[in-house]
Amino acid sequence: MHIAVDMTRCQSYAQCAFLAPDVFQFEGEEALVYDPEPSEELRARVEQSAAACPVQAIRLDGERKRPTPSTSAPSALTAADRVVVVGASLAGLTAVETLRSGGFTGPVTVIGDEPNEPYDRPPLSKQVLRGTAAAAGTRLPRASDLDVEWRLGTAATGLDLGTRTVLLADGGRVPYDRVLIATGTRARPWPVSHEAALDGVHTLRTAADAADLRAQLVARPHRVLVIGGGFTGSEIASACRRLDIPVTLVDRGPAPLSRALGETVGDVLAAIQRDHGVDLRSSTTVTSLRADAHGAVAAATLSDGTEVDADVVVVAIGALRNTEWLLESGISIGPLGVDCDASCRALRPDGSIVDGVFVAGDVAASPHPSGDGRRISMEHWGNAVGQATVAADNMRTDGLARHDEVPVFWSNQFGHVIKSVGAPESADTVVITQGSTARRAFVAVYGAGDRIVGAIALDHVKWIEHYRHQIGSGAGFPPEGQNIDPPPRAESGIRPRLRTPDPITTQASDGRTAL
Amino acid sequence: MTTSPEPRSGCPVQNSTSRATATWQSLLEHDSRHDPYPLYARLRDSGPVQQLDDGAFLVTGYDEILQVVHDPRISSDLLAGRPETAEAGPALTSAFVMKDPPIHGRLRGQTMRHFGPPHRAGYVDSLRGDIARTARSLVDAFPASGTIDLVEAFAYPLPVLMICDVLGVPHEDEPRFHAWSASIIAPPEATAPEEAAMLEEEASTATSELGAYLTHLAEIHRGTPQGDLLSGLVNDDSDESLSTSEIISTAIMLLIGGHETTVNMIANGALTLLRHPGELEQLRRDPSSMPRVFEELLRLEPPAQVTPKYVALENVPVGDVTITKGSPVWIAWAAANRDPRHFTDPDRFDPLRADRDHLGFGAGIHACFGAPLARLETQIALTELFTRLDDVQLVDDPPPYRRNPLLRGPSRLDVTFSRILGPQAER
Repeated sequence: MHIAVDMTRCQSYAQCAFLAPDVFQFEGEEALVYDPEPSEELRARVEQSAAACPVQAIRLDGERKRPTPSTSAPSALTAADRVVVVGASLAGLTAVETLRSGGFTGPVTVIGDEPNEPYDRPPLSKQVLRGTAAAAGTRLPRASDLDVEWRLGTAATGLDLGTRTVLLADGGRVPYDRVLIATGTRARPWPVSHEAALDGVHTLRTAADAADLRAQLVARPHRVLVIGGGFTGSEIASACRRLDIPVTLVDRGPAPLSRALGETVGDVLAAIQRDHGVDLRSSTTVTSLRADAHGAVAAATLSDGTEVDADVVVVAIGALRNTEWLLESGISIGPLGVDCDASCRALRPDGSIVDGVFVAGDVAASPHPSGDGRRISMEHWGNAVGQATVAADNMRTDGLARHDEVPVFWSNQFGHVIKSVGAPESADTVVITQGSTARRAFVAVYGAGDRIVGAIALDHVKWIEHYRHQIGSGAGFPPEGQNIDPPPRAESGIRPRLRTPDPITTQASDGRTAL
Repeated sequence: MTTSPEPRSGCPVQNSTSRATATWQSLLEHDSRHDPYPLYARLRDSGPVQQLDDGAFLVTGYDEILQVVHDPRISSDLLAGRPETAEAGPALTSAFVMKDPPIHGRLRGQTMRHFGPPHRAGYVDSLRGDIARTARSLVDAFPASGTIDLVEAFAYPLPVLMICDVLGVPHEDEPRFHAWSASIIAPPEATAPEEAAMLEEEASTATSELGAYLTHLAEIHRGTPQGDLLSGLVNDDSDESLSTSEIISTAIMLLIGGHETTVNMIANGALTLLRHPGELEQLRRDPSSMPRVFEELLRLEPPAQVTPKYVALENVPVGDVTITKGSPVWIAWAAANRDPRHFTDPDRFDPLRADRDHLGFGAGIHACFGAPLARLETQIALTELFTRLDDVQLVDDPPPYRRNPLLRGPSRLDVTFSRILGPQAER
């Protein structure tokens, strides 16, 4: 059977780990890992766990997506209308489930360039690399009655707005009445192409990537070099250390995740990485990769002049949006993806709405919540689900619901869970409000001017719900007054998010970019 | 008294406060015990957060409860904000249920090392067989047919025998625990000031006696671990292990939890199923549906109805009400579980409902420690009961209830049945 846990909801109550310890495990106090493809004999226990989950975060095959609030809104589509979803991943599947839960009975076609049915990506950098799940075993659970025509292994190559047709690489043409663009991103390759082509140089985005990298890890490499200290790079380093494989992590920031979370939190993560044996090289870049006589990568030269011998290199320097297929379509495309409004409707360069075309997930460039005209793209699981739900509901009802939920994101690494709400990357200051960085269990709250804009918890995740509410209600920064579990005096007080100003950049290694 | 919702506009504070207090007092009356839900609904409808005349804020709305229990300005420490006093002896009030982090985290985390993940991940799961055998032997001891009090013969002994095993308490000492536990939770049952003083006095004595007993037991386990939780705690040599006083406070809390909640969960569950013969028949035909049935039973009839232990460290706005600094905060989980703003058709028993995120085991860092054990016990118990007893009928509906308004359940649950079927494995 196939399962997935919505980690944006999970608060580490651990009921699943009590009831089905062969499927759900905790690493450390709060970091949940699970088998995405448990054997059929465990079904009763998995169902018991899913029923017991206090936040109802466990998704099972065969279960209908929970109806959304607008489900009762009347449908603007008839059973004769054709819906096409381009992108067979989390956002695409969520949109289909939302349409069906809302009562849409017409034909739905899902187009995907990968051969796989929609699968879950978060386990790829965790369970799959560690070998506790197969790369092919992360198919997303879904309702049994979705009634979808799958066009898999075929990339979309164009969108003809005039004739309302999606063009396919195999020459096929798929007509639509409504279309969802959910083509996501691909890994940003190593910029030097002949170095990127060396044996042993990897990126990690797809199930196939994960299978390849896992095969290399099974062969016990001498040393893995991870380039990029964002969430993906840090999780890969964590998986390598769990396998007791030497790993060097080269990151141009002053500390891991500092671009997203700032240096106060980044410094804690750096200490955690080093305690787990990661050879962490911060404020450093890789200037070249060198091959051995057989064309396999053997070493890297770093910006500080040092050399690192490594037979596996993983390039984790962010993602590129899959928008090339839309360049001729007349839809507005930017470096952050396909421009859309807050209701997930695609836009033309003049800002007008493109009739019948919606956008969701990593490829969507949405209006920045500040309303200042900037755009934002969020390559996060919860964002894909949230946008796809809004897009599908608006598609079905001709509605104008807005996707304005406070973003939630998580990462599991080195036995800890990091949970983020809001937009810590847009803050200028940070304050520890609960727990202790020295104990590696704390909450940090981020401020932009006099507003709370984000918060992260390292473990301590049950408190995040409070800060999500505070951010959503526009609460002031810093939080005032007394609360339980204040940090030790040495850790209290407001600090700048970054000790030195963030250099303007378009290259993200942390899954989130604003321009 | 009227059942119409109060107007929320204008200046309702004075008026609704006294009305809320009157409703709350009716709720505490024994006559309300068999069906407190219309009163919870009245409180919730007139304001999901309301101040009672004694200054305490009563929270009855689902969203509002989630907001309050996740708010770090709401403390669970009775001494929060007050001057430090000399440390009291072991008592329920010094157990982690009444503590804030970081003390709470250390006490609960150290106790969890001997009960659940990550250190003892498979322990509760490994008790499934023991629970099933205990449930089977209890049913085996029923008369062949006729009338039986399910509370005395089944709902009480099963979780109590299990908590004794888990903690490492000899079964023969159980009757003494029964008396101590009953005294310790009795104070909220008082209806007059003199009675309250007497019950408080008895609770205090019982706590001391129970503490002395457990201290003696802990000494016996020290150096000779038996695989039980008490053994684990006294022989724990990790960095942050518990002091003897902390161990005894924790053990008192777990014993009370094991005595006073799961009993009601099983009895409330049996009662609710017997009131819904269609759903009961469905369950008997398909026992694999028990996990969902159980969660719905717990939503509809949670044993822990109200937790009156929180206190606000600051003014905390919740919706259009501000919980004022220093005020006690009472959380009415039972009201939230039937909040129509969250649950569709909330008074209906519907095991197939999609909205299952009930608060029967609480939420936030103080969510029920023993929930996994209680869940398994109740699911196994109700399955055993209804797959083995044929033609079960309630004798009295409603049955008589225990007096406690916060930990609610029947004092007796007489049923008739026509025969006992053999254990499932033998059929």
